[in-house]
Parts: sequence; structure tokens; C-alpha cells
Amino acid sequence: MSDSENPTAEDVFGSAVERQEDVPLLKGEAQFTDDVSLPGMTHLAVRRSDHAHARIVGIDTSSAEAMEDVVAVFTGQDVEDSGVPNAIPTAWDLPNLVQPQYKMLATDKVRHEGDGVAAVVAESPRVARDALERIEIEYEQLDHVTEPSEAVDRDVPPVHAEAEDNVAFDFELGDAEAVDDAFAEADHTASVDLRLPRIIPNAMETRAAVADYESTTEELRIWMTSQNPHLHRMLMSAATLGIPENRLQVIAPEVGGGFGSKIYHYPDEAVTAWSSMQLDRPVKWQATRTESYQTDCHGRDHETTAEVAMDDDGTVRGLRVETHAGIGAHLSQFGSATPSYLYATVLSGQYTIPAIHARVVGAFTNTTPVDAYRGAGRAEGIYVIERAMDVAARELDMDPVEFKKRNLVPAEEFPYESAAALVYDSGEYERGMDTALDHIDYEALREEQEELREEGRYIGIGVANFVESAGLSPSEAAGNLGSQAGGWESSIVRFDSTGTVTVLAGTADQGQGHRTTYAQIAAEELGVPLEDIEVVEGDTDRIPQGMGTYGSRSASVGGGSIARGAREVREKARRIAAHQLEASVDDIEFDDGEFHVAGAPDRSMHIQGIAHEAYLGHDLPEGMDPGLEVTDFYDPENFTFPFGTHVAVVEVDQDTGDIDIRKYVAVDDCGEIINPLIVDGQVHGGIAQGIGAALFEGASYDEEGHLETRRMDEYAVPHSTQLPDFETDNTVTPSPHNPLGVKGVGESATIAATPTIVAAVSDALQPFDIDHLDIPITPETVWRATGGND
Amino acid sequence: MSRHDISLTVNGTEHELTVEPRTLLVDALREDLGYTGANVGCDTGRCGACTVRVDGDAIKSCTTFAVQTDGASVETVEGLADDGDLDSLQAQFQENHGLQCGYCTPGMLMTADTFLQDAEDPSRDEIREAIEGNLCRCTGYHNIVDAIEDTAGLAGQSQ
Repeated sequence: MSDSENPTAEDVFGSAVERQEDVPLLKGEAQFTDDVSLPGMTHLAVRRSDHAHARIVGIDTSSAEAMEDVVAVFTGQDVEDSGVPNAIPTAWDLPNLVQPQYKMLATDKVRHEGDGVAAVVAESPRVARDALERIEIEYEQLDHVTEPSEAVDRDVPPVHAEAEDNVAFDFELGDAEAVDDAFAEADHTASVDLRLPRIIPNAMETRAAVADYESTTEELRIWMTSQNPHLHRMLMSAATLGIPENRLQVIAPEVGGGFGSKIYHYPDEAVTAWSSMQLDRPVKWQATRTESYQTDCHGRDHETTAEVAMDDDGTVRGLRVETHAGIGAHLSQFGSATPSYLYATVLSGQYTIPAIHARVVGAFTNTTPVDAYRGAGRAEGIYVIERAMDVAARELDMDPVEFKKRNLVPAEEFPYESAAALVYDSGEYERGMDTALDHIDYEALREEQEELREEGRYIGIGVANFVESAGLSPSEAAGNLGSQAGGWESSIVRFDSTGTVTVLAGTADQGQGHRTTYAQIAAEELGVPLEDIEVVEGDTDRIPQGMGTYGSRSASVGGGSIARGAREVREKARRIAAHQLEASVDDIEFDDGEFHVAGAPDRSMHIQGIAHEAYLGHDLPEGMDPGLEVTDFYDPENFTFPFGTHVAVVEVDQDTGDIDIRKYVAVDDCGEIINPLIVDGQVHGGIAQGIGAALFEGASYDEEGHLETRRMDEYAVPHSTQLPDFETDNTVTPSPHNPLGVKGVGESATIAATPTIVAAVSDALQPFDIDHLDIPITPETVWRATGGND
Repeated sequence: MSRHDISLTVNGTEHELTVEPRTLLVDALREDLGYTGANVGCDTGRCGACTVRVDGDAIKSCTTFAVQTDGASVETVEGLADDGDLDSLQAQFQENHGLQCGYCTPGMLMTADTFLQDAEDPSRDEIREAIEGNLCRCTGYHNIVDAIEDTAGLAGQSQ
């Protein structure tokens, strides 16, 4: 790839630079949490509930404790008796939110199959797992519920005594009266019922932790699979373990995928760390895949009715949405935010909808907690509006592309305040749609569709538009909505005294390539070659503060912080250059790392040489402190709003129900692009997960409340022959308020792909009078919906 | 529990070790011998992150007992690089951005490398079939297929 070879610092931003992080990963030398091995290390395994809902009558650990090589067996009572805070908190408050205590190990009741009841620490992982089976637990089984609407409507024992009706929250957004008026006045209405099943994130690396407590210094170090080590540090300090934050070090080494599932503070790492504190020995825990399926926060789990009001000419007048959202047996950190603010605020999609109202009832159920999974809330919201728009077009007998185009927010309307309480920063939605449609011949495909139908063959074209609120910031706005965390990101940009650059970033990578893109940002701003820049993430002892990686925020908020810090460093260097070159600061020009006096290019100093001067401190401007580094906290003034249009062409085989994706086109606008190779990679992976949700994936529970999809051969993570090649393209509409014009791209394609595929399949099946099929649309779904073997 | 003395040649180096009958090959490699490149992703042989080569065949080391491989020649991802430099397949993975988190990569590389030993000028569909037993959650496979296709293309040119 010729354009990726040694770009100069000047044009490195925007280049397809090969990733800096790849070599150790390719050689098998990279260190993941499970690769951490410490002298004297013990191994922990968690005994989990056998039931969906049951009262714990008694626990007998004696037989397990008597086993050779078992070091200790702990119960929830042991944790409670130790006096630690023991309460995993929510990070987002809502009016009247019910917040029951979420303990590290259950004491009174188990509320879903994955609830931890006891933990064994042993000299080997195999002995620890063997010992789990020797723990005898007496239960009194209780009636259980797994479906969100049933949890609040049916007479079932409450999951938590604090919520008799299983309602965790009852959330409303928008103007109900305006929506009622719009529906009363509109020429037409359309309605669709949507079930979004549970998605299991399926990071290839299961969650893991290695904790090492030093009793002499009372310091705890923990390596763990974390998307946000500083958040984990804070929560373990304040909420579960009570260890002072300044004696707690959290290290996220290489992390093997996250997709949201590694944001949260789970009981497991707390129990692992607590056990190390009790035993004064290192303790390692790693989830089996089945444990991962039972306990990693699931995504989605919505039951929704959406109604659209529109006029004869295709103008949308109003949108009404009612959702039951399952939040599982416990309130995870963003379990309240994801189905409320992250969801309802994007229901306007790319469209000018004058009246919107949404109501979301969050329901406790005897299931794995539900929280943000790639696309979080925005994926559910865009799915709702896109399905509703397709069904509305059908109701009007109007071409869906024409109908959607008619209702787009026009480019001149930005910043655009939607009826769902967001101000979209910038967008050129029609250009995005046109760019995507340029990749296919829409009219020809419609003709082909007609012809093939005559032969009993069914092709469908799906076109979905999306907009995403990304970044989860600014802090004050998020705080006003209930967030208990900041929306900023922090970084340190430091010239070392010999002229190399160290960038310390508060985000934490799980495959996104931050070490490359952040180095590109610093190289661009400082004029320093990439090989002289070292990006460090994932260690709270090296990086003082940070919020982490989620919500498509790293490039825009984390990258924005690095750009700001680097610019400030550059300006300090400029003042040193002016001083030593005996010129006015205003006369010093900066070009590709070199400061020179305007009109006298030979009077110059390179920024890497200035770094040395800054640390020598022998000859600095009067009053200037030595050193050349800046700590930045960047709190954006708004979210960013990536957007785009995806198009799929599918052929559905009525006889077998098979769905063949003939073509998949993704046009994404993530603002300025730092590295096109990485943007494409994010889009590819996002499409794969969106297609997975559309056609293959979904967790299910049996009648006893046991998770049925317990292993990778029971839950359909898409494999290579199930996915097509992807065609990607971009438009570039910079964010006006981001220091780099960047919007973020991590979640975009996951949000877009599911409604795109469902639209295409529904389009193909129009001759069968099918407006919508719920996901995952498996061959069986198609086969039954089209009349089976009639 | 009984113990068994076995010998394994890993990437050309001979090792003697003592294992329980139930010790999995992946655990013997990772825990006893320190070859931590192969990863455990699923414990059931589905994901392929643990793929290594045993006597020339790509196998899933999480569903193979170490004692079954007594005397075998095992190749792991650590043995691919040539004197510290990435081999052609690894280099193509980097150039095509065929990895993100990198957790599935060691297994994916061993499967692809084994496939390429016999495949001449494979089609994209053939490549997709060859790696069907290796799951990747990050890349959507497109760039992995590109990387394998380009590696095969380069091998074809040099012949």
C-alpha cells in the first residue's frame, strides 16, 4: 500500500498508516489479562446460581474447603462481614429510579442464573472449578419472569422487594399533546410492533482479572479486561472495596474486544480483588464462555410499538413510541441510561419530525443485566424510526427512498434541534443518501425485482439512514440528564527531554487502534515523526485521569484532548523558539516540526531540539517554567453526530428461507478521517455485528429461566461464510465544535446495518404482504412467514 | 490423579513435561511451556482462537488433550515470524488491517497459513470456507480475506 509508507509528519493525519500495535499481536507476544502470571498466584472460580429466581436457604462449603489445593471458599456473607461497601452502583440516575443494592455475591436471593453465590480460591484453575461442584446450596425456588412486558404486567414475585411491580423506571421524552394533535390531523397513520432480542456482545476474550494485594503497603494492583480503567478504579474504590483510590492501580493490558461489555464494574473483579486482600496472595479469575454468556451485560431486549402520522404528500407529522425495556436482574452502570436518554433522543433519525413522544418502561427481569452494547440505545432508536419509516412508506404506497428523502433534515437547517431534545451539530444527509445510492443502480434493481418476481425469485433493496449521538458529553448536559460521571476526556502530551513524545491517554483500546490514530494526531500537531511518538493507555498509575472508551468517543473526545494538548505544547515551544532566536513570537512560523523566523528560513529550531532546551531550563523566556508537557481535560460543548446511509440488496429463497446478501454498501460520515484504514475496519466490524443481529443472533431463555444459548455453537456469532464483502465509502462533514472536526465511527455501522438488512428482506417479501419480520430473520422465520411448504 | 510424562516439539524446540490426563494441549502450551500466543475463546472448539498446527494439521488445542500429542511436532503463532520479522501472511494482515483486538489472530493465522500451504490462487469463497472455523468479532472478515488473498497472490508471483 504505497500511501501508507512513511508519510511525512505533515500529511500523516488522514493517511492509511499501518497500525503500530499490530506486530506483537501478530507474533503472539502481546499480553492479555490471561497471559499475566505472578509468583504464588492462586485461581478463583465463581459458583453461580442454578436457578432464575430462588431464595438461598443455606450454603455448605465444608466439602469444598476440605479438598486438596483449595485455599479458601468465600460466600456473600463473608464479603458482607468484611465491612467493605459491597454495592455496585448505577452511573445514571433517572426520576424515581429504583436502585436496589447489587452485591458482589448474593446473600438473600439469586435473581438470575448467573448470580454469584460463592467463590473458590485454589492453587490451580482446574481445582477451583472442581471445588465449585462440592459447594452445597439449598434453595427455595420462586416464580420467575424473563420478558420485560410480562414482568410489569403479570402477577409475578418481584425481582427486588424495592420494586413491587418490577418497574425500575418509567421514562418519558417529548411532547405527548403535540403528538396526539399530529395524529388527529394527519391524513394517514402507520404502526409497527418490534421485538429486539437480547444480543450477547461476544468479545473473543472473555472477561478476566488478576489481583495482587500487598498487605505491607496496603496497595492493590489489578490487571483486568477494561474499556475504562479509571472508572473501574473509582468504582472499586468508592463502591465495592473501599480501598483508597490512591492505593489502587488498574491496568488494562491488551483487551480482546469489548463492544460495551467491558465498560461495567462486575462483581467478579471485585470478588477477585477482595479475595486477594483476604489472602494476601495474587488471585486470577477468567470467565468461561458460558459464564461470559450468563454474566456479560447483554444488549437491546426491547418490545416496542411505533406509530407514525403522515400526510398524503409523504410529510411525516408525528411519531409515537412505547417501549418495554428489559434491564435484567440488576441495574448495571448504564442500564438506566441506555434505554432512556441514549435511545429516545435519536428517534427523530435523519428526519424533520415536528412532534415526537416516547415512553419507556424499564423492567427488572430474572435475566442477565442489560446495558450498552455497540450502538447502545442509538441502535434501538434508529431501528425503530427506520422500520417505522419503511412501514409508513408502504402505507402510503410510496417508494421508501423517495419517502425518506422527502423528510430529511435539509443541509441548511444545521445546527438542527430535533423534537427529541438533541441539537445535531452538522450534517448533509441527502448527500450521504445520494452517495450510497450511486453505488447501485436503484431504478434498474427495481426493474430486475419486478422481472424476477415473475419467476418466483425475490430480491429486496433496503436503504437505511442513521444518525448517532456520539461522545457522551458534555459533562454538564449529561449531568443534567442524570449522569453520575463526567463526559470529558483527559490526556498528557509530553516531550521527553531527548525529543521523543509520550502521549498518555485516558481512553482504553480494545482493538480500535488508538496507538496509531493518536500518534497521527500528535505527529500532525507537533511535526514529529510517528516513530518518535509513544502512546500509552490502560494503566491508572501512568495515566492520572481518564473516562475510557465507549459511545464512539475516543477519536472525538480523546483525540480532541490530545490535539488541544499538543497545540498548547507547540505554543510553549514557539515561545522558547522566539526567545532563543531573538524574534517576536508573532514572527515565528511553524512548518513540519520546524520553527523559523518569518522571512529568514535559516534562523530556525526544530521542536525536538526545543524540547531539550525546555528541560535544560538554562535559557527560557522570563517567567517561564521548565519542561514541555501539557495535561488537558477536554469537555466538548456538544455531542458529535456521525451519520450515513447503508444499502443492502438481498435475495430471499422462498423454498429454503435462505437470505443471500448480494451487495452491501456503507456510506459513513464520521467527520474528518484520521486514518481511512481504521475507519473502514470499524465500519466492517460494525456491519458484521449489525448483520448478526438482523439475521443470526439472539439470546434466549427456556421455560425455567435458564439461558438456552450457553455456548458458541448455540449462539450464532457470524462466521466468515455468512457475511459478504463490504463496499464502503465516505462523505466528510466536519463537526464544527470538535478540535479536529472528528465525529467518531465506532458504533455507526452496527446501528445502520440491522435496519438496512431488515428493510431489504421486508422489501423482498412484499409480494407476501409482509411489512416487517422480527429479528433475527432466520431461514425458519422466512419459511414460516412466506407460507411454509404450502 | 495420575500424571504422564510427555514430550512435545514446539516450533522446533523439544520440551519434556508432566501433565494430568485431562490437561488440554492449549493449557500445556500456555501454562506449562509459556507459549501464550494461542488463546482460549470458547472452551468448546468453536471459535478457533486456540488453533495450532500438530504434525502439519491445524487443530483446536482446547479440544485436544496434551497426552494425545505426545511426541508430536507442534507449531504455534510464535513460530511464524522469520528471525523476528513478520512472515508474508503476518505482514499482509498488518497491511490489510486484518486484525483489530488481535485475540483471534494467532488462531486465524495458523488456519490461514495451513490453508495456504496447499491452496493455489484460492477464490475469496474458498478463503472464507477455509477460515469458517475461526471466529472474529472485530473485523467482519473482509480484510482477513483480503490479507489471505494477497498472501496467496504474492506467493504465486514468486513462483
